[in-house]
Amino acid sequence: MDLMHILYGVSFILFGPLIGGIIVGLDRKLTARMQGRVGPPVLQPFYDIGKLFQKERIAVIYSENFWVIAYLIFIVATGMIFFAGGDLLLVIFALTLAHVFLIIGAFSSSSPYAHVGAQRELIQLMAIEPMVILTAVGMYQVTGSFFVIDILAYGGLLIFVLPGVFVGFLYVLTFKLRKSPFDLATSHHAHQELVKGLTTEFAGPTLGIYELAHLYETVMLLGFVYLFFGANPLTGIIAVILVYIIEIFVDNATTRITWQPALISAWIVTIVLGGLNLIGLYLL
Amino acid sequence: MSYLKKSPWILHYDASSCNGCDIEVLACLTPLYDVERFGIINTGNPKHADIFVITGGINEQSSVVVKNIYDQIPSPKVVVAVGICAATGGVFRECYNIKGGVNTTIPVDVYVPGCAARPESIIDGIVAALSILEEKRKAMKKGETPL
Amino acid sequence: MINNDECTIWYQRCFVEFLLLFLIFFPLVLACILLGIRGEKLRDIIVTTGALVIGTGTLYLLIATLGSHATYYLTNTQTVHYILFLLEIGITLFILYLCRKYHQRLVALLVCIQMAILIIFGMGSLTSGHATTEGANLFFDEFSIIMALIIGIIGSLICIYSLGYMRSYHLHHPEISDRRPFFFFLLFLFLSAMFGLVFSNNLVWLFFFWEITTVCSFLLIGYAKTKDAIKNGFLALLLNLLGGITFAGALVYITYTAPSPEYLNLSTLTTAGPDLALLALVPAGLISFAGLTKSAQMPFSSWLIGAMVAPTPVSALLHSSTMVKAGVYVIVRFAPVLEGQFIGMLIALVGGITFFLASCIAITQNNAKKLLAYSTIANLGLVVACAGVGSHEAVWAAILLIIFHAVAKSLLFLCTGTVEHQIGSRDIEEMNGLFVTMPKVATMMLIGMAGMFLAPFGMLISKWATLRAFVDASPPLGILLVLFLALGSGVTVFFWTKWMGKLIGYHEEKKNDEESVNRSEWAVLYIITGLVALVAFTFPLISGTILEPYLISAHNATTESLDKLLFYDDLIIILLMLSLIVVMPLSLYFFRHAWKESYRKVPRYVCGREALSPHSFTGSIGVQKEMGLSNYYLEDIFGELRMLRIGDLCTIALIVLIFAALIGMVV
Repeated sequence: MDLMHILYGVSFILFGPLIGGIIVGLDRKLTARMQGRVGPPVLQPFYDIGKLFQKERIAVIYSENFWVIAYLIFIVATGMIFFAGGDLLLVIFALTLAHVFLIIGAFSSSSPYAHVGAQRELIQLMAIEPMVILTAVGMYQVTGSFFVIDILAYGGLLIFVLPGVFVGFLYVLTFKLRKSPFDLATSHHAHQELVKGLTTEFAGPTLGIYELAHLYETVMLLGFVYLFFGANPLTGIIAVILVYIIEIFVDNATTRITWQPALISAWIVTIVLGGLNLIGLYLL
Repeated sequence: MSYLKKSPWILHYDASSCNGCDIEVLACLTPLYDVERFGIINTGNPKHADIFVITGGINEQSSVVVKNIYDQIPSPKVVVAVGICAATGGVFRECYNIKGGVNTTIPVDVYVPGCAARPESIIDGIVAALSILEEKRKAMKKGETPL
Repeated sequence: MINNDECTIWYQRCFVEFLLLFLIFFPLVLACILLGIRGEKLRDIIVTTGALVIGTGTLYLLIATLGSHATYYLTNTQTVHYILFLLEIGITLFILYLCRKYHQRLVALLVCIQMAILIIFGMGSLTSGHATTEGANLFFDEFSIIMALIIGIIGSLICIYSLGYMRSYHLHHPEISDRRPFFFFLLFLFLSAMFGLVFSNNLVWLFFFWEITTVCSFLLIGYAKTKDAIKNGFLALLLNLLGGITFAGALVYITYTAPSPEYLNLSTLTTAGPDLALLALVPAGLISFAGLTKSAQMPFSSWLIGAMVAPTPVSALLHSSTMVKAGVYVIVRFAPVLEGQFIGMLIALVGGITFFLASCIAITQNNAKKLLAYSTIANLGLVVACAGVGSHEAVWAAILLIIFHAVAKSLLFLCTGTVEHQIGSRDIEEMNGLFVTMPKVATMMLIGMAGMFLAPFGMLISKWATLRAFVDASPPLGILLVLFLALGSGVTVFFWTKWMGKLIGYHEEKKNDEESVNRSEWAVLYIITGLVALVAFTFPLISGTILEPYLISAHNATTESLDKLLFYDDLIIILLMLSLIVVMPLSLYFFRHAWKESYRKVPRYVCGREALSPHSFTGSIGVQKEMGLSNYYLEDIFGELRMLRIGDLCTIALIVLIFAALIGMVV
C-alpha cells in the first residue's frame, strides 16, 4: 500500500457518506417515481441524519450507544481498508465484526422487537457470509491475490469469468442493502411488521449514527460490484448504477419473505452458482 | 441550520377513532398527496418520531398508552390532534368511557378539525407543527426543559 | 575454545533431555503422591506448586530450546520397550476387568483384538530381527514445544481450577462419592501421558501414551459413577479403541514391510523418500483414522458429547489441552505424508464436513456445555481439514488454530463451570443478563467468544490462512472445502453472537452473584483471559519464531512462500483493530458518567404498554402479563439428529473410501 492508496482510504471517511447519501437520495426519488409519487428531495438522507443528531438523547440502556458507535467505527475502518486497496478477506471479516457490534447493540436493550430483529439480522448474516467469502475466493482464483489493488490491476473484466459468483453476490447484496424481499431485520422503508426491527430502540443521535454507517456500507458494497467491472472505470460505474437500479426495481416489485426461504435460497444460490462457478474456473 | 423542518417523522396513533380520520391520515401518504415530498415519513415507532399524530378521543384504556408513547418520543416533539374527536371528544364526548380530547392526557400543539379531517387540512396541520417544532428545538438548545 | 563450545552444546543437550524426561515423569510422580493424600489443605498446596512447576518447566523448555532445531534423544533403550509392552498388557487386563464388572462385551472384544494385533507386532519385531530398535525415541521440535506449552500451561491451570471447583462440586452433589485423590491422580497422569505423547518419536512409545490418554479420559468421564457417566465412559473407550486398533495395525504394517526398524520413528517415517511413499502413506492413513476417533470427528463425535457428564474441568481439559488435541496432533504430524494424496483429501473432507455440520448443530443447542462441545468438534474439523490438505500454509493455519482454540475454549469451559455453580444452570437462556449479575465472568466469556470467532482475534487469522490453503489445494475437492468453510463460518457467527447477546441483554438491577467464587478459580480465569489477549497480540511473534522454523524443517517450506503467509500491511491493520477493540471498552468507562447525564432513560417500547421489568408488561385493565425473550434455535432446519445422520452417513462413506484406498495400496 503506497501513500496514494492510503489517501484513497482516508478520503473515504469524507466522501463515503456524501456519495452514499446521494445514492440513497436518488434511490428514494426513483422509488417514489416507480410508485407514481414525486418523492423527497435528493438531499433528504442528509436532512434526516442532520435532524437525528439534533434530537434529544434517549436510551433504554446507555451501553447501546457504545455498540452502535463501535458499529460505525468498524464500518468506516472496513471501508477504509477496502478503498485503500487492502485484503478482501480482512474487509469481509471486519464487516462481520461491525455487524456483530450492531446486533449486540440491539440485544442490549432487551426490547422484544429489537430482539427479534437481532435474531433475524443474525440469520441474514449467516445467509450472506458464505457468498461474500466465495466472492473473495473467486477473485483470488482469477487474479491470484486477495488484495483489492491487485484485483483492480488484473486487466480483464472479472464478470466474464465469474458470472455465477456475480449473480450470487447480487442476490446477497439485497440483504445487505436492506431491500425487499430480504429486509427481515430492519427495512429502509418506514413501516414494517416488527415496528422497526433491529433499530427499534435506537433513537435520536444513536439512530443517526446507524444511518450514517449504513451510507458508508452502501458505498463499500457497491465498491464490491465495481470490482467485477474494474478493468475499465467507465464500465465499472455504469455497472454499479445498473445494479443499483435493478436492486430498486426488485425492492419495489417484491414483498418481504420469511427467514426460512431467505436463508435456504441464499445458501442454495451460494452453493449452486458460487460453487459451480469456482469449480468451473479449474476446468477452464 | 435546522434539519427538523425538512425531515419530520410522524407517529400515528389511533386513540379510539372510528377509522375515518385514520383513513385520511394514510391518504396523505398516497401518490395523490405524497407527504414524503416534505420528507415526512410515517414511522411506526415513537423513538424515531418527531410529530405525534393522534386520531380519536381518549378513553380510559388509551390514555395510559398515549402517555407512555408520548414519553418515549425524544424531544423536540409536537402533538397534532387530528379530527374533532381528538380535539374535544366529538360526538363521543359524553360516553361513559371517554375522557375527552387529547389535551386531557398530554399537551397538544396543533388541532386539525373536521369529521373526518380532510387530507389537505391534515397536511396544513403538520406544516403548522413544523414551526412549533423549530421553536421547541431553539428552546431546547438554550437549555430550557424540552416539552 | 572449540572444545569449550562443544562442551556447552553437550551440556545444553543433556539439560534439555533432562527437561523432557522431567516433564513426563514429574506429573507422574505428583499423580502417585496425590493418590495417597486425603487432606484438602495439603492437596491444594501440592497441586498448586506442582502445576506451577510444570508450567514453569514448559516455559523454561521454550526458552532453552529457542532457535534450536528438532533434536533427538535416547537412542538405545531396549529395556524400556519391554516395560512399555508389559504396562500395555497391564492396561488391557485392567480394561478387561472393568468390562467384566460392567458387562461391556463389545469393548472387551475390541480390547482383545487390539491385544492380538500388538502381540503380532511383538512377534514380528522379534522374528524379523527388528528387536533392537535403533534410533531416537524421544525428541522435540517446534511443534512439540507448542503442544507442550499448551499442555503445561493450560493443562496445569485447569488442575488448579479443579481444586476449588471439585470442592463445590461435591457440595452440590452429595450423592456422588468423593474420590478426589483418584481424580487428581488421573489429571496429572493425563498431563504426563500428553507430554510423553508429544515428545515421543518412536511410534511404539507414542502408541503407549496414546492408550494411557484413552484410559484416563475413560476413567475421568466415569468419575461420578452414575449410570450415565459409566455409559458415556464406555462409549468414549469403545470409539477410541477403534482408533487404537488401527494404530496398532499401523505398527504391524511398518514392522512387516519396512526395510529397517528406523521406520518406526515418526521423523524417519514422515520424511521417507518418494520411493518409500507407500510405506509412509499406509501408516499415515491408519494413524490419521485413529486421530479422527480421538479428535471426535464425525461419525465418532458422540463420545465427546457424552463426555459432558464429567465435571466441567474434565471437559475443559479434554477439549482444550489434552485428548482431542492428541488426535489432531498426530494428523498434523503426518501432514507432509498426506499432502496432495487422495487419502489426505478424504481426511480433509471428513474434517470439512464435521466443521460445517457440527457448527450447524451448535445453533440448536441451549446447553452451554453441549454448544461448546459441538464448537470444539467443529474447530477440530477445521484442523483436520488443514492437516489433510497438508500444504505448509494449511499446517501453519492448523497449528495456529490449535493454539487459539486451546486458550479460548478452556476459558469458556471454566467460565461456564463457574457460572453453573453460581446460578445452578448451564442453560444459555438462564444466562440472561449475566453481564449485570456476574460482570467479571461475563466479560471473560465475551473475550473467550471473541477469541473463538471475531475478526482481529486469533481465529480470523487461521481461517484466513485456511481459506487460502483450501483454494490452492487440489481441485475440485479444494473448492468443496472452501464451501464448507464459508458456510460453516457464517453459522459460527450465528451461534456465538446470540450467546453474546444473551449475556449482554436484560439489565434490571440485581444482586451480584459472583462474590462467592473461589480465589483459585479467579486466579486461573484471569490468567487464561490474559493468555487469550496475549496470543491475539503476539501471534506474529509465535509465527515468526516457532511456526516458520518448523515449517522450514518439516515441510521444506521456502522463506519466500512463508513471507506470503502474513502480509505486513494486514498485520498492521489487524493490530490496529485489536487495539481499537481494547481501547473502546475503556472509552465506554470514561464516557459513562457523561452519558448518564446527557441521556434520558426511557423504557423499552412495548406498543405503548408499560414494561418496567423485562419479564412483564402491563396489559389491559392493569394486568401484569408475563414476557420472555428467547433466542432462535432453528431446530426445523438444523435439528441435531438430522444433522448427525447426514454427517455420519457422509463421513462413514468417506472412511470406507479411505480404507478401500488403503487396502488397494497394500494389495
